[in-house]
Amino acid sequence: MTINGWIQILVFCAIVVALVKPLGWYMARVFNGERTFLSPVLHPVETVLYKLSGTSEREEQHWLTYTLAMLTFNLLGFLALYALQRIQAVLPYNPMGMGAVALDLAFNTAASFMTNTNWQNYGGESTMSYLVQMAGLTVQNFVSAATGIALAVALIRGFSRASAKSIGNFWADMTRATLYVLLPLCVMLTLVYVARGVPQTLSAYIDATTLEGARQTISVGPVASQLAIKMLGTNGGGFFNANSAHPFENPDAFVNLIQMVSIFAIGAALTNVFGRMVGDQRQGWAILGAMGVIFIVGVAVAYWAEAAGNPLVHALGVEGGNMEGKEVRFGTAMSALFAVITTAASCGAVNAMHSSFMPLGGLIPLINMELGEIVVGGVGAGLYGMLLFVVLTMFVAGLMVGRTPEYLGKKIEAKEVKMAILAILCLPLAMLGFTALAVVLPTGLASIGNPGPHGFSEVLYAYVSGAANNGSAFGSLSGNTLWYNLTIGAAMLMGRFFVIVPAMAIAGSMAAKKTVPVSAGTFPTHGGLFVGLLVGVILIVGGLTFFPALALGPIVEHLSLIAGQTFSVGG
Amino acid sequence: MNTAQSRGGASQASLVDSKIVVPALGAAFTKLDPRIMIRNPVMFVVETVAALTTALFLKDLATGGASLGFSFQIILWLWFTLLFANFAEAVAEGRGKAQAASLRKTRTETQAKLLSGASGRDYKLIPGAQLKVGDLVFVEAGDIIPSDGEVIEGVASVNEAAITGESAPVIRESGGDRSAVTGGTQVLSDWIRVRITAAPGSTFIDRMIALVEGASRQKTPNEIALNILLAGLTLIFVIAVATIPSFAAYAGGAIPIIALVALFVTLIPTTIGALLSAIGIAGMDRLVRFNVLAMSGRAVEAAGDVDTLLLDKTGTITLGNRQATAFRPVRGVSEQELADAAQLASLADETPEGRSIVVLAKEKYGIRARDMSELHATFVPFTAQTRMSGVDIGGSAIRKGAVDSILASVNAVAPVTRGGAVQALRPAVSSEPMREIQAIADEIAKAGGTPLAVSRDGRLLGVVQLKDIVKGGIRERFAELRRMGIRTVMITGDNPMTAAAIAAEAGVDDFLAQATPEDKLELIRSEQAQGKLVAMCGDGTNDAPALAQADVGVAMNTGTVAAREAGNMVDLDSDPTKLIEIVEIGKQLLMTRGSLTTFSIANDVAKYFAIIPAIFAGIYPQLGALNIMGLATPESAILSAIIFNALIIIALIPLALKGVKYRAVGAGPLLRRNLLVYGLGGIVIPFIGIKAIDLAISAIGLA
Repeated sequence: MTINGWIQILVFCAIVVALVKPLGWYMARVFNGERTFLSPVLHPVETVLYKLSGTSEREEQHWLTYTLAMLTFNLLGFLALYALQRIQAVLPYNPMGMGAVALDLAFNTAASFMTNTNWQNYGGESTMSYLVQMAGLTVQNFVSAATGIALAVALIRGFSRASAKSIGNFWADMTRATLYVLLPLCVMLTLVYVARGVPQTLSAYIDATTLEGARQTISVGPVASQLAIKMLGTNGGGFFNANSAHPFENPDAFVNLIQMVSIFAIGAALTNVFGRMVGDQRQGWAILGAMGVIFIVGVAVAYWAEAAGNPLVHALGVEGGNMEGKEVRFGTAMSALFAVITTAASCGAVNAMHSSFMPLGGLIPLINMELGEIVVGGVGAGLYGMLLFVVLTMFVAGLMVGRTPEYLGKKIEAKEVKMAILAILCLPLAMLGFTALAVVLPTGLASIGNPGPHGFSEVLYAYVSGAANNGSAFGSLSGNTLWYNLTIGAAMLMGRFFVIVPAMAIAGSMAAKKTVPVSAGTFPTHGGLFVGLLVGVILIVGGLTFFPALALGPIVEHLSLIAGQTFSVGG
Repeated sequence: MNTAQSRGGASQASLVDSKIVVPALGAAFTKLDPRIMIRNPVMFVVETVAALTTALFLKDLATGGASLGFSFQIILWLWFTLLFANFAEAVAEGRGKAQAASLRKTRTETQAKLLSGASGRDYKLIPGAQLKVGDLVFVEAGDIIPSDGEVIEGVASVNEAAITGESAPVIRESGGDRSAVTGGTQVLSDWIRVRITAAPGSTFIDRMIALVEGASRQKTPNEIALNILLAGLTLIFVIAVATIPSFAAYAGGAIPIIALVALFVTLIPTTIGALLSAIGIAGMDRLVRFNVLAMSGRAVEAAGDVDTLLLDKTGTITLGNRQATAFRPVRGVSEQELADAAQLASLADETPEGRSIVVLAKEKYGIRARDMSELHATFVPFTAQTRMSGVDIGGSAIRKGAVDSILASVNAVAPVTRGGAVQALRPAVSSEPMREIQAIADEIAKAGGTPLAVSRDGRLLGVVQLKDIVKGGIRERFAELRRMGIRTVMITGDNPMTAAAIAAEAGVDDFLAQATPEDKLELIRSEQAQGKLVAMCGDGTNDAPALAQADVGVAMNTGTVAAREAGNMVDLDSDPTKLIEIVEIGKQLLMTRGSLTTFSIANDVAKYFAIIPAIFAGIYPQLGALNIMGLATPESAILSAIIFNALIIIALIPLALKGVKYRAVGAGPLLRRNLLVYGLGGIVIPFIGIKAIDLAISAIGLA
């Protein structure tokens, strides 16, 4: 580890923290339906959209109506994306003449982009037409992110409202998240990326002759625009197969920093929206604080592991950190930081190959995702995932102050506990359940690229990434098979909707409750004690479940490595 | 307080009481019945697993499997885990059962004197169990009251030791707030006519027996929620453990089922699962030992949540009666002279106020009590018409009473020929002493006291200052409550001026003066509308609506039937101060539950580190590095973890029954302390415990 590396990490953290308040203030105004500086331009557009869809921004929805609207919207998005891929051959904007995407791959991709996972079992430049990339994938990049934000805002309303029947209007929240938050920021970011040399074109791939005289096809396309939403909406689906390791998708250290900041920006600011809407910004900071603790520890471990490097390589006389699978322009610090950020949030974009990380370096991304990506997390998804843990924490520990558990004046009762535990339960079920099947079935074993514990980690990572809606891949696992397309697709759907529906049920029941006023006997939820407690519950309840699996994957790999043992094929 | 402490002391002794422990041992086995076990999801899962592994073991025994000794030990401890859990519950129930048995003795078959008419004394004897609601019975000295009822005529002294344990007789009379009688209590003198208010089998004593026995125990809302959490955690660990065999198969190994069972049972929250119902029963039991009966566990939980306490001034905040604190003579009269007159006027006055005047005169001026007959004095008792009392002695008349009535009487007998009742009723503030008396009286009232004017033969002497005496230590109790986050509101019939003065002296947060029952109800509703939980106590029929509306309504046992029906707790000692202790007991119950849940969940860290390296040791010896406790062998590691898991239940039974100590220090410090003890302790203690057990069993050679 170097001072320089840590300075870069701290600069990143400082920028994110500095953005929390202004962005939080702006978003809180947007979702409260108050005027912002963009209203003169956007409000007429908004009104037209509501008129066309037959709703009104003043129309409030019960949590069930809200959830059904969200599910319907997502189902239609899924079907449209599936259809687009299947018939792309006969549609325009297909200069490279891509053929129809296979059935199982189209299902996997549709599920993947609709759930904000963006797991890619395809190579973008060799599978998808420009039309699918723009009208299919990029559209889902926007609306899946907007869905996440809308749901988080709805859950926040559950906590901030008292004796209320409704939690907002899905259509209005969706529209506002897209129009006021995602679009303006994306336009800005796209311009920055283009200025730094990221391609933005609809023309065909370029045939070039290299200095050595070899002929090479250089893939281009509308990259910058997709890059902007890919990061901001924590989607992570790369335009190119190499994702943000590709020089056209991440040309230099500056763009790399902007990409990392834009992954965290909205998720971190949503904690402030939460604080503002419940009337006490400290509540938001406490939640961000708990996220921050887990994040910093993760970064430290991953950076240390990568900077320390591989003892077996050192034994060969090669000094330095682990540079396998990393871009030289980013180095160990920014690769490790990017890996932790992209898995802490549910982004899944990568600027290095996680499979090539040191075992402990790869362990951190795995843990981040297994916890449900609640460290900042996917836009919206991170906050509602975190709030589920808060509900659980307050239920267990709240009793210790001698009152029945409450959070922000809302009593936590049987229904909320049931829903929170259901949501938390579905992650280990999808992650461990599918892994357990894949590592014994021949069809699952056939795709594994490395022997021994590392191969186990590949499979575990794939399902963990899918169920957590992350979308990053460990590499070296051949995912585009019938088995993995279907099961990872199923894991993505489980990880998204089995969390969302209980979270919305909690929003509904919380909104209906009275708010108990704060007294000296109330559990304080804005201090260090609460942060420590929350982190403890997250690690013990959310994390320990995966200990056996991690022991058989990265942990044993690490222990073998320091003992000088490797695993050969067939060994 | 003293009685509470002595009871607390007795309870600790009863933990090892053989009368409770021996039947509890038996009950631990009978409770293994799956139909009973299913009420506790976590322990039911353990039982299912134990039964299955036992069956597998028997099969292996017949066919000759490997490492049978090790499997046998694990299975043995699985059953111990269940027995320990049952034992905890049985001990908690046992204490209530002992109390129920003594209550049952009082419910012997009684004969009732059923009256044939509303008047007259014609009755026929029928068995008490045949009485219906609405029947009229006649009870006279020596009779046992056959069932719960309301006195409609007569007055009698009743021995209620059967329910309160207090042998001093109490007065029960028709009308007013002391009209309720309880079946099973005995009339000592006089007679009463009682209208039966309880159907057979649902009398107060029946309900008490059911409550202390736990027969009618229903899970409280928070307990249900906690059970859901525990069941959910159990499911998560099913997933965590059930996937291990296939992970191990990938790595080229196999893990014996018995090891997986051990891992599963140690991971699921058995500690809190085993103790949860014991904690609940013990909480109710603590109330019972305080002589408070909670009609539901829900009420006990609500007590912990109370935000606002409504306390009646008289008897709770102040001593029951006003007391004389000063003699304030008018100009020209010495304090000694006023004290002497006031004492004479009060000699035969048996009211507490009157007695306190005699006491004050003696303490302050050394005026001895004198004998009325020796002085040839005649006592003039208080009447509603004159609103004064006094004494006629040697031709002079001394009177004391409310200021306006004394002033009126002085006007009437004054030599000035005004005459006429109409004018006499209007206190004419004419003379200098009259104005002075009025000024003193106003001053006293402002300071929260009650003025009592004294006159001798139409001459105004001065004013006796009567004051509400705020109970010693009550101010500190209210400060304590404030630190707990509870607001106290004093309810009083006094005027706002007096009420404010007493409220300030006692240190309550707010007061409701000149309170009518409607005002009380309104106050409760407005507090509840803000989301607050309200507790109050009351005894009169007019308290019933407020008692019913309050989240915690404690009815005094001396109160009316209506009040007792409306509240959700009954205080057998009829001590309104107990409301504070009830809140503490409620908080203690919730804290114990939370602390042990936290402890139980935190324990998992050590158990993972004990068992994971042990079960994977055969596949990847490198994982031995995770054996940070340095446990001897994989077998001893697994065995130590499961033994620790079982023994910790036994070790925590006393804590579950006694409850985690509540300190009124506010939520923050309280949480910090409990987190340190039960959270951090929960992580650290099993590391030490498992290591110690491992050392022991390797030394003995069990594994």
